[in-house]
Amino acid sequence: MDLTLKIWRQASAEGKGKFVNYQVQNISADASFLEMLDILNERLVVEGEDPVAFDHDCREGICGACSIYINGRPHGPDRGITTCQMHMRNFKDGETIVIEPWRAKPFPVIKDLMVDRSAFDAIIQAGGYVSVSTGGVPDANAIPIPKRKADEAMDAAACIGCGACVAACKNASAMLFVSAKVSQFALLPQGRLEARERVQKMVAKMDELGFGNCTNTYACEAECPKEISVSHIARMNREFLGAKLLSEK
Amino acid sequence: MVKLDAKIPQGPLAEKWTNYKAHQNLVNPANKRRLDIIVIGTGLAGASAAASFGELGFNVKAFGIHDSPRRAHSIAAQGGINAAKNYPNDGDSIYRLFYDTIKGGDYRSREANVYRLAEVSNNIIDQCVAQGVPFAREYGGLLDNRSFGGAQVSRTFYARGQTGQQLLLGAYSALSKEIAKGSVKMHTRSEILDFVLVDGRARGVITRDLISGKIERHSAHAVVLATGGYGNVFFLSTNAMASNGSAAWKAYKKGAFFGNPSFTQIHPTCIPVHGAYQSKLTLMSESLRNDGRIWVPKFKEDAEKIQKGQLKPTELGEDRRDYYLERRYPAFGNLVPRDVASRAAKERCDAGFGVGSTGLAVYLDFADAIKRLGKHVIEARYGNLFQMYEKIVDENPYETPMMIYPAVHYTMGGIWVDYELQTTIPGLFAAGEANFSDHGANRLGASALMQGLSDGYFVLPYTIQNYLADQIQVPRISTELPEFEQAEKEALSQIEKLLAVNGKETVDSFHRKLGLIMWDFVGMARNKEGLEKAIKDIQELRADFWKNVKVPGTNQMVNPELEKAIRVADYLELGELMARDALMRNESCGGHFREEYQTPEGEALRSDDVFNFVAAWEYKGENAEPAMHKEPLVFEFIEVKQRNYK
Ligand SMILES: Cc1cc2nc3c(=O)[nH]c(=O)nc-3n(C[C@H](O)[C@H](O)[C@H](O)COP(=O)(O)OP(=O)(O)OC[C@H]3O[C@@H](n4cnc5c(N)ncnc54)[C@H](O)[C@@H]3O)c2cc1C
Ligand code: FES
Repeated sequence: MDLTLKIWRQASAEGKGKFVNYQVQNISADASFLEMLDILNERLVVEGEDPVAFDHDCREGICGACSIYINGRPHGPDRGITTCQMHMRNFKDGETIVIEPWRAKPFPVIKDLMVDRSAFDAIIQAGGYVSVSTGGVPDANAIPIPKRKADEAMDAAACIGCGACVAACKNASAMLFVSAKVSQFALLPQGRLEARERVQKMVAKMDELGFGNCTNTYACEAECPKEISVSHIARMNREFLGAKLLSEK
Repeated sequence: MVKLDAKIPQGPLAEKWTNYKAHQNLVNPANKRRLDIIVIGTGLAGASAAASFGELGFNVKAFGIHDSPRRAHSIAAQGGINAAKNYPNDGDSIYRLFYDTIKGGDYRSREANVYRLAEVSNNIIDQCVAQGVPFAREYGGLLDNRSFGGAQVSRTFYARGQTGQQLLLGAYSALSKEIAKGSVKMHTRSEILDFVLVDGRARGVITRDLISGKIERHSAHAVVLATGGYGNVFFLSTNAMASNGSAAWKAYKKGAFFGNPSFTQIHPTCIPVHGAYQSKLTLMSESLRNDGRIWVPKFKEDAEKIQKGQLKPTELGEDRRDYYLERRYPAFGNLVPRDVASRAAKERCDAGFGVGSTGLAVYLDFADAIKRLGKHVIEARYGNLFQMYEKIVDENPYETPMMIYPAVHYTMGGIWVDYELQTTIPGLFAAGEANFSDHGANRLGASALMQGLSDGYFVLPYTIQNYLADQIQVPRISTELPEFEQAEKEALSQIEKLLAVNGKETVDSFHRKLGLIMWDFVGMARNKEGLEKAIKDIQELRADFWKNVKVPGTNQMVNPELEKAIRVADYLELGELMARDALMRNESCGGHFREEYQTPEGEALRSDDVFNFVAAWEYKGENAEPAMHKEPLVFEFIEVKQRNYK
């Protein structure tokens, strides 16, 4: 198929970006979206132009590196998948595709389609862990955990940290990301002990880093490639409220 | 003549590690604070090591090329992690896990290391659960286990189809805790360009910041290399795009010996190649072989019709199908080890019985399992995999058999290390897939995650102290030393050289060509003639690369083409060493199959009298042939046998 690509080009964090149009021809419907960009980039290199920078690594939907806004949606038109899992058969011959980076203040653009998501690491560092050191822990089966709870914790833990939730949200809220971690640990006895301090520290860090408030539009859940549920946000709100009440006593 | 000393502790197998720990040197808390450790790579091995060093009180500097440690290639592991817990009470033990690993590796690994691996495997599971890793559980609330990769016991722990993700996020959380505490300083998007040796010891690294291009110097009392495997030398593999062999290669060129470089694992169940634009291959979890049956058409004319699209697999009756694994290996059937399954698929396709438009695919068929168990059971077990397959291939595997073909997956070879995981450069340690240690000539499923975490959580925190105990008098190393200046100059000049070629061909086009040479001659089946040709072809390609490659842009910017060029330049050398190693090894063992050395039935034929050793290669300079050293493998505790899966 032949396509017109309208791609956001921005030389550096400081630079001013703009859209540039590119034509690509003879793209196989079986090629992946990123392979289509590879083809464009190889041509740009040969023509002596600067190739389009984008983050990617596993190309199977698990590392969370790929992060492209396609036709106005994070990770493009198909539900429940990442950019790298999208195949060109999702597009029509002759179509114009608009390709942009995540746009959210806490994720500044580095170059073209690459953004800086280190704010997510900072939130995890604020408390997204169980404070145990290597060694000296009890046997893995010492504390039984109801299967339902373990499964629910796993649902939350499936988050790949791609940031689509933030990019999808008009307030650039990180509630879905943060609540997934808070929820995973709150559900497990291992994480329960520190649940109160954890939620307070992570929320404080999230606010400090400039992520917006949640106004319950649920765009995050709709665009999450792992279909993480907003019910985790509700759980986090309960945890947060509980922690606050206790600390005010 | 260099003497390779594996430093295996004395005593009975089961007591070696305990003895080692009882007698090793330790560093007291006050001194720990004054000692710096560099950890390169924060996948499972590196993140677990860096976090543990930080907890002990060392001053750690960690590096990775990813934008976050959470994105290391370990994240992609699907199937699970082994441990000898014997929770299912089905006869497992530390000894059995040890024995299976040695046998699975076709008797080309070191007994003492593998025993220790099996021994600490149980601690890993305990540790991960304590971190909040949500492993699969049974209704009673206890941990669930499954059988994996043909093991006769169920010893594999898993978290849906995302075990690597959950283990890495566990290690990442431990690392984050230490970063917050200040004991670990994390440098993301930072690539190692070279190692710095001072008086023969590893004392630092030269890095490139992948955003600004800035070249930096970092020093430490000891350095750990945990940068993963080099399967991407084949261009197409199941590895993530950024996985590379460059840090290991730089270590080799600085004096670390490279162990068994040709030992590569080709995984039997991957989605077949579909076009020239293909950038990587996708693994379909090995667990699928628990229920899927593998077959090709029995008659060539049917295969040809299928390749042309004139016949559908579902139209072929049982009498026209060849379930070749069940036919050749009645005892293990579809569950034979990876190397055996991969070779058998290649054999059928080479003989003209392959399917798909290219003829390079075999069927993995769930029709029987769906009939026996119901679609809902298959969906519950493999739903996400089936969906992934459908997204990529655009065919519904519930209705038509999946097509699969072997693909490069893992490198058993790597930097040679002794029992302490120390390389031949004093003060340089190697962990995870980057070292050659525990898997011999073939790795068993679910044991790479185990090894990475064993190295990082439970081995290095001990062994590195034995080294550092000696170093407490050494003050912080200055990065102003001439050795740092020299290394930085060399690294920069290599980059300038690449940018100056300014030829006409892209880096990827060279990488693709190298991949084809490697796949055809250093892949699943190797022979003397082909390997000699590969060496010559790689040398020619390398010369061409340095004349005709085009790397756009500059060093002072985000430049992914430059990053790739640096790695491909290294692959063009590493590929040759792999071919040399394969040519030297006149036997077949595990994933290394030399066509000249096979039994009349086409099985791998080892030559234990001659080749019962680890080949450790030493760099001898740019245009000189490398020197090969042997570490003899002594089997004191088990009897070496021909593997038999019939
Ligand atoms: C698709 C797939 C599925 C798998 N499934 C399983 C499974 O089910 N069970 C199992 O046991 N094993 C599995 N494996 C194998 C296993 O995942 C890997 O062997 C293991 O995760 C490697 O871990 P590591 O820590 O050694 O390296 P990696 O996770 O690859 O980490 C490498 C680290 O080094 C950094 N790095 C790399 N190069 C440089 C450089 N030049 N400079 C600086 N830093 C650098 C990276 O940023 C990263 O942090 C699978 C592998 C694949 C490909
Ligand atoms: S590249 Fe890893 S999720 Fe897309």
